[in-house]
Amino acid sequence: MYKIVSRRELNPTTTMITVEAPFVARKAEPGQFIILRPTADGERIPLTICDYDRKKGTVSVIFQIVGTTTKRLNAIKEGEYIADFAGPLGNPTEVEGLKKVAVVGGGVGCAIAYPIAKKLHQMGAEVYLIVGFRNKDLIILEDEYKAACSHLTIMTDDGSYGRQGVVTAALKDILDEKAELDEVIAIGPPIMMKFVCQLTKEYGVKTVVSMNPIMIDGTGMCGGCRLTVGGETKFACVDGPDFDGHLVDFDEMMSRNSSYREFERHSYEKTCNLMNKEVE
Amino acid sequence: MANLSPTKNPMPVQDPLVRNHNFTEVALGYSEETALNEAERCLHCANHPCTQKCPVSVNIPEFIQKIKEKDYEGAYQVISVDSSLPAICGRVCPQESQCESACTRGIKGEAVGIGRLERFVADWHNEHAQLSHEKPASNGHKVAIVGSGPSGLTCAGDLAKAGYEVTIFEALHLAGGVLVYGIPEFRLPKAIVQKEIDSLKALGVTVQTNVIVGKSLTVDELFEDGYEAIYIASGAGLPMFMHIPGENLKGVLSANEFLTRINLMKAYKEDADTPVRRGKKVAVVGGGNVAMDAARCAKRLGADEVYIIYRRSEKELPARKEEVEHAREEGIIFRFLTNPVEILADDDKSVKALKCVEMELGEPDASGRRRPIAKEGSDFTLEVDTVIMALGTTPNPLIKSTTKGLETNKKGCLVVDEKGLTSRAAVYAGGDAVTGSATVIKAMGAGKLGAKSIDEYLQNK
Repeated sequence: MYKIVSRRELNPTTTMITVEAPFVARKAEPGQFIILRPTADGERIPLTICDYDRKKGTVSVIFQIVGTTTKRLNAIKEGEYIADFAGPLGNPTEVEGLKKVAVVGGGVGCAIAYPIAKKLHQMGAEVYLIVGFRNKDLIILEDEYKAACSHLTIMTDDGSYGRQGVVTAALKDILDEKAELDEVIAIGPPIMMKFVCQLTKEYGVKTVVSMNPIMIDGTGMCGGCRLTVGGETKFACVDGPDFDGHLVDFDEMMSRNSSYREFERHSYEKTCNLMNKEVE
Repeated sequence: MANLSPTKNPMPVQDPLVRNHNFTEVALGYSEETALNEAERCLHCANHPCTQKCPVSVNIPEFIQKIKEKDYEGAYQVISVDSSLPAICGRVCPQESQCESACTRGIKGEAVGIGRLERFVADWHNEHAQLSHEKPASNGHKVAIVGSGPSGLTCAGDLAKAGYEVTIFEALHLAGGVLVYGIPEFRLPKAIVQKEIDSLKALGVTVQTNVIVGKSLTVDELFEDGYEAIYIASGAGLPMFMHIPGENLKGVLSANEFLTRINLMKAYKEDADTPVRRGKKVAVVGGGNVAMDAARCAKRLGADEVYIIYRRSEKELPARKEEVEHAREEGIIFRFLTNPVEILADDDKSVKALKCVEMELGEPDASGRRRPIAKEGSDFTLEVDTVIMALGTTPNPLIKSTTKGLETNKKGCLVVDEKGLTSRAAVYAGGDAVTGSATVIKAMGAGKLGAKSIDEYLQNK
């Protein structure tokens, strides 16, 4: 059992929890993920590590309430326990030697982009952080971003905050004006990462993406997380989750991620009904 | 009174057309009366050919003698000298290629049902014997075991009985390894596995779940934490695929994924949170036990047609004979000498059909089996909506990549000497991590060897 030592609702559908998990905290690095199960008969889901405190032995993750498991997770209060929390898994994001980097986050992916930007910033790299959200109400961790980069651009689809438009618009400006980026790191919905990669390919700038496919064990056993990268099959859990974005087959990944959509929808509706009844 | 019947007492089983819709155990076990009758078929040959063919050399004639005397606990004790997991081995060992293959009764008729008798004895013990709560006195030495599958559990049990302070580190949330994520409930009820783990805990073994050695902790850190020896039994690893077009379509999954969803995550239950693909027409590629398990699970999840696609002939099938028979009774369709070449998609990028070629057997290859060769122009398509690849696994890279000086072979399997020692001092290994995909009993044998070697090493240190 792993205690939730603090819990923060970042927006109506996104929550950050900080969990007591000394084994994970001891080793965690930006870009790695954990697998958790909220309750003893629940599903295993992978979540990317957002922050960690080695001294306190805690690890923070952020999740969006999109299905049964995240709904169950969101129902666990501060001071209560979640059943399982295993990690850190996957390889850390490679940051060594980077001097000038654009870090691009989309939606909840911004929570994963944040520790990477922070690490680069602490290393003394010049960090252009671009974060995109659908609207003002969905923006999370704004203060944290400010402290983790040299230049922050916030984009909203509807223009209700920051600049209006998609993240690639801001990235294009940076590529046009400042050029000479060592690398672009993009984390967000697959479609966003796909468009970032299309853009950076034109500019010939190396781009690393963090993939979050379907996964069960997370340790290299089930093969559910396989992707095609440069024509080869790779396992996101042991070979990734970071890959060269110019080589990733995003369309295939998006298709595979929809494998259980029908089940997920039914299951979510059922859970919502049950949980609402419990509240009544 | 000797029983001269040329055939084994049949194993009582659930009706095939009932059981292929449920996940409860297929084989129901011998009654006492049947076990006594079967035991009388044993001739007690002087040279014990059966024992010689057992990977852990169980004294088979002696435990059968105890059954004849109705001393079932005594029979259990005889098996226990050499085997740690009789209730499990009695169910999943390929007896027909081990002990029973050498049985004298098998020359003219069927071998003695050794596996069935072993299961009877173990089940009798589990039902009647009290779990001992006596912890052996500690000898003060700490040993870490990586992985809680059959090899790790066996090694842990033997070391704990000898007084070692044993901690098992398990990557998943539940201990048992392949016994819980791989082998289905209908072949090995999980309550039996849990019982074995509970008895290890009663011996003082600590099981730490959710710790991935190689990630959460490294081998070197285990030594820093005071463990004096380590036994690595991390099991087989990444599932293999065929590298044919269409393999990443929706509806193509590894048997590991399919079985983990079903067995570990209980996705076959109506109220489970974990989804599983419930295909109507399913092709399982491969011919081992894992392929049989996947096919039979698919049937139980409501498939109308389930095919086993195997590139060699029935004779070469590596699965246990009983599993093949059970699968066939349950309506699984076998397509031998058939090999997939492409998986075809519908408009939604889901599996629509499997394109295959017919094969014929040529000269024997390195494995001694006749090499299958594609017959030119023999392509045909099989309409399916789900394809499950059960082709074996390649070793997991996590421990190797984080442990300096740990030698592996060309295939990535850990290299050990005759004592189970790896290229690192005080680091022993066994089971599938060393051999690649093999059997429960072989993994168990390696666990026993590992425990013996670790004991010798620490006593002489």
